[in-house]
Amino acid sequence: MAINEKMLEEILNKYPAKVKRNRKKHILIRDSALETQEIEANTRTIPGIVTNRGCAFAGCKGVVLGPLKDMVHIVHGPIGCAYYSWLTRRNKARADEPKKNFLAYCVSTDMQESDIVFGGEKKLARMIDEVVEIFKPNAITISATCPVGLIGDDIQAVAKAARAKHGLNITAYSCEGYKGVSQSAGHHIANNGLMENIIGEGDWEEPPSKYTINILGEYNIGGDSWEVERILNEIGYEVQAVMTGNGSYEKLKNAHVAQLNLVQCHRSINYIATMLETKYGTPWLKVNFIGIRATIESLRNMARYFGDEALIKRTEEVIEKELAEIEPQLEPYRKICSGKTAFCFVGGSRGHHYQGLYEELGVTTVLAGYEFAHRDDYEGRDVLPNIKADADSKNIPDLHVTPDERRYRLKIPAERMEELKQEIPLSNYKGMIDDMTDGSIVVDDLNHYETEEFIRILKPDIFSSGIKDKYIPQKMGIPTKQLHNYDYSGPYAGFRGAVNFARDVAMGFATPTWNFIMPPWKNQPLLEGTVEDCTANTCVEEVAT
Amino acid sequence: MLDCTPKELIKRTGGGINPAKTCQPIGAMYAALGIHNCMPHSHGSQGCCAYHRSHLTRHFREPVMATTSSFTEGASVFGGGGNLKTAIKNVFAIYNPDVIAVHTTCLSETIGDDIPTIIKGAEIPEGKLVIHANTPSYQGSHITGFSNMVKGMVAYLAEATTDEKKEQVNIIPGFVNPGDMREIKRLAGKMGVRFIMFPDTSGVLDSPMTGKFEMFPAGGAKVEDIRDSGNSKLTIALGYYASSDAAHLLERNCRVPALTLKTPVGIKATDDFLMTLRGKFVREIPYELEEERGQLVDVMTDNHHHFYGKKVAIFGDPDILTGLTEFVLSLGMHPLHVLTGTPGGILTGSGIFEKEIKAMLAAAGLEGRVKAAGDLFELHQWIKNEPVDLLLGNTYGKYIARAEDIPFVRVGFPILDRGIHSYLPIVGYRGAMRLVEMIGNALLDRKDRDAADEDFELVL
Repeated sequence: MAINEKMLEEILNKYPAKVKRNRKKHILIRDSALETQEIEANTRTIPGIVTNRGCAFAGCKGVVLGPLKDMVHIVHGPIGCAYYSWLTRRNKARADEPKKNFLAYCVSTDMQESDIVFGGEKKLARMIDEVVEIFKPNAITISATCPVGLIGDDIQAVAKAARAKHGLNITAYSCEGYKGVSQSAGHHIANNGLMENIIGEGDWEEPPSKYTINILGEYNIGGDSWEVERILNEIGYEVQAVMTGNGSYEKLKNAHVAQLNLVQCHRSINYIATMLETKYGTPWLKVNFIGIRATIESLRNMARYFGDEALIKRTEEVIEKELAEIEPQLEPYRKICSGKTAFCFVGGSRGHHYQGLYEELGVTTVLAGYEFAHRDDYEGRDVLPNIKADADSKNIPDLHVTPDERRYRLKIPAERMEELKQEIPLSNYKGMIDDMTDGSIVVDDLNHYETEEFIRILKPDIFSSGIKDKYIPQKMGIPTKQLHNYDYSGPYAGFRGAVNFARDVAMGFATPTWNFIMPPWKNQPLLEGTVEDCTANTCVEEVAT
Repeated sequence: MLDCTPKELIKRTGGGINPAKTCQPIGAMYAALGIHNCMPHSHGSQGCCAYHRSHLTRHFREPVMATTSSFTEGASVFGGGGNLKTAIKNVFAIYNPDVIAVHTTCLSETIGDDIPTIIKGAEIPEGKLVIHANTPSYQGSHITGFSNMVKGMVAYLAEATTDEKKEQVNIIPGFVNPGDMREIKRLAGKMGVRFIMFPDTSGVLDSPMTGKFEMFPAGGAKVEDIRDSGNSKLTIALGYYASSDAAHLLERNCRVPALTLKTPVGIKATDDFLMTLRGKFVREIPYELEEERGQLVDVMTDNHHHFYGKKVAIFGDPDILTGLTEFVLSLGMHPLHVLTGTPGGILTGSGIFEKEIKAMLAAAGLEGRVKAAGDLFELHQWIKNEPVDLLLGNTYGKYIARAEDIPFVRVGFPILDRGIHSYLPIVGYRGAMRLVEMIGNALLDRKDRDAADEDFELVL
């Protein structure tokens, strides 16, 4: 069943008036006949709403910084924030050098009441000393939690002093949880910090190979980045830095030499992508390695950017070989999945990316949304000039970069760049809405009440979101698929990842466990047999014996 | 695995590495879920609520509903009163619980939001309740947060309304799984004692699959029962750290005598629990429980050769550790390292935790390291210096177990990498029998794995 405006209104009527006015702007029914469809995004969640959103700390330390493996990430604050962001995101990493993968370590200043009262700067400085002594990391980050900003601990000054003392890249991120309106603020803070303090710190002036690229906004969840790199290496690309899955300080500091930056998750990393273009003249290409068609298109667009015939030919050869490998494997899963419908609600890019992969399995996405994206992730970057800054977004300053006098190079001629922009998503992203079919629902910051209502009306066959809402549809008998952490499976990216995804989704539909929800006694009368015409006494007697 | 952890112990003062605790609010959220028809509310940034819900969901594999005040920078500067009032209004309007249980966070505590005053100024529909607990993340641990929320339940709800105390017992189960709470209720039920358990997450965080989602499942302690706890003749607080504060508050407020017992993990602690009910309520232990106990002693004796003299490292929450340590001692094992992240004196210092465990070791004529307010980095270093045959603790222990190649049994909170555990008890005689099986299997799987072909045996 499709949802019309009237039904939408009825759903919203349950809300108090203020909430209704607010939420109405975050939901739309896709209609391609309209020239533009505006959605409100990246604004405050109303207090008291069961939201999936997290905070700036989660976006900064948890998402962007956390996966960098050869650095120790110190969390300055009470114990919780470090603890919850410890090993919970499935950003996999392999050490490049012995004893230089610190992801299994959770380092917190574990602030106590006295630290809140008297300040925690000294304790933080001691923790840095201890980390240097014990771990000898390649670099250190310090992330702030809520109380740090409130009590006025100057973590930037502590980092600066420690940098001088230890001769090590030590940087601080003021990503207190209350900043901004979601994780998104933290992405921005982390992007600024990495750009300002790490990228370009290396002394490389030239790329190590002809086709050197960075992959931005790829976090190697379940090994996604390894599958993407496998394909790219086979074609002949050299991946310099991945930001930040399986990433490292050592790779990141020379990321400026790449000839092209790929952007997988636009939301979390677009700041670095645009700053790299301004500073070093490196364009970025919006790619999507989730889904077979999307992967093929991304590979072809990359080849077209470099414009080398041999590379284009090699790209096609690899695509052909990969397809031959996976197509037969996919077939049985397609049979199970075909004709089904899905909800697809994820953070800031996967709500879009997984729709194509679902479609390839024959699953139609009837509702999609993002937890913490901005309007440009829905409507495309053309809308950027129209987005008004508000009090919350103004709190996260933009970092103004200028062309690097020594290192700025046009990677391709300006004319060719303009031509290419017409053909491929070069330094551009057109957003989710454009790809959605008419009548489907787009919801920003989908909350619990709306989840229940939309499920009631649309009855999806599978609900794909995260851990907090996973077991809600499941109690209703609807299969779920976590798209934040893949239900501890993966990789889902690239060609082989598509097969893993198909297998896992099909498993969700096919598991026999759904058949047992209704106990057999619910549909059967307690007494079987025919009712005889008899006096009450004799019947009771019969039952009793 | 964890190959940057050196063997040499280093004195550290900058904080913790690989914690064996987390912050107060998650404990408060868990406790609040043990009230029927209650929405836990996190007064802080959205991230706190998101982290706690995610973490509890991973442990229980159940929906965990909770709301947040969604602080922004403005609220952090000017106070979160407006946010909390808006939240209270919206939660009742949209989700319609009977109770909202507010807990604070390090953010709202640092700025000094006065929760009772804010609640007084909030729009609360007729017949609905808002209770609260202060749970600053920079004191204690998740266990302290649990304790504080249970205190909040007593402070807001419990009333002494009868002249004479009723023949009923209050049982505060502590930070244990719903499966444990069910087992404690079963034991009390078998004793024929009328009881009020609060909080009670059974039926909430182990709810059945019915094809229907219930935002507020059938389980949980009912508000009227928590009110009536003020009329009981005794409160049994199971676990000093998670439960005794609330019991003492109830004693002060409603003159219900408080008695703190160990969380009934293992044979001795279960004996103590049942003997207390027997003595206070003059009820003989029914044969069914005596039979269960006899079976437990039977399996402990039948299999003692698998356990005796084995060295164990145990970490986790203090109340569980007290029972666990006592129980591995009952099996003839040697608890060589015992560590909790929770500060021993609830807020600071080593307190009674270290004293109690050390006394147990001394009584058994054994020596071992015991520490409150420790971390897993240190525990790992201890193990490197003095190896053990078995590690007992929550999921985070698997990294140490792998690094040192030690058999590992998952017990406590959180267990994130295995399912079902939250349904099955570790308390009571049956829970103890389950522990014997889990520990025995882990030790014997290792024996089988390591045995040379000629030593590999059919019968063990």
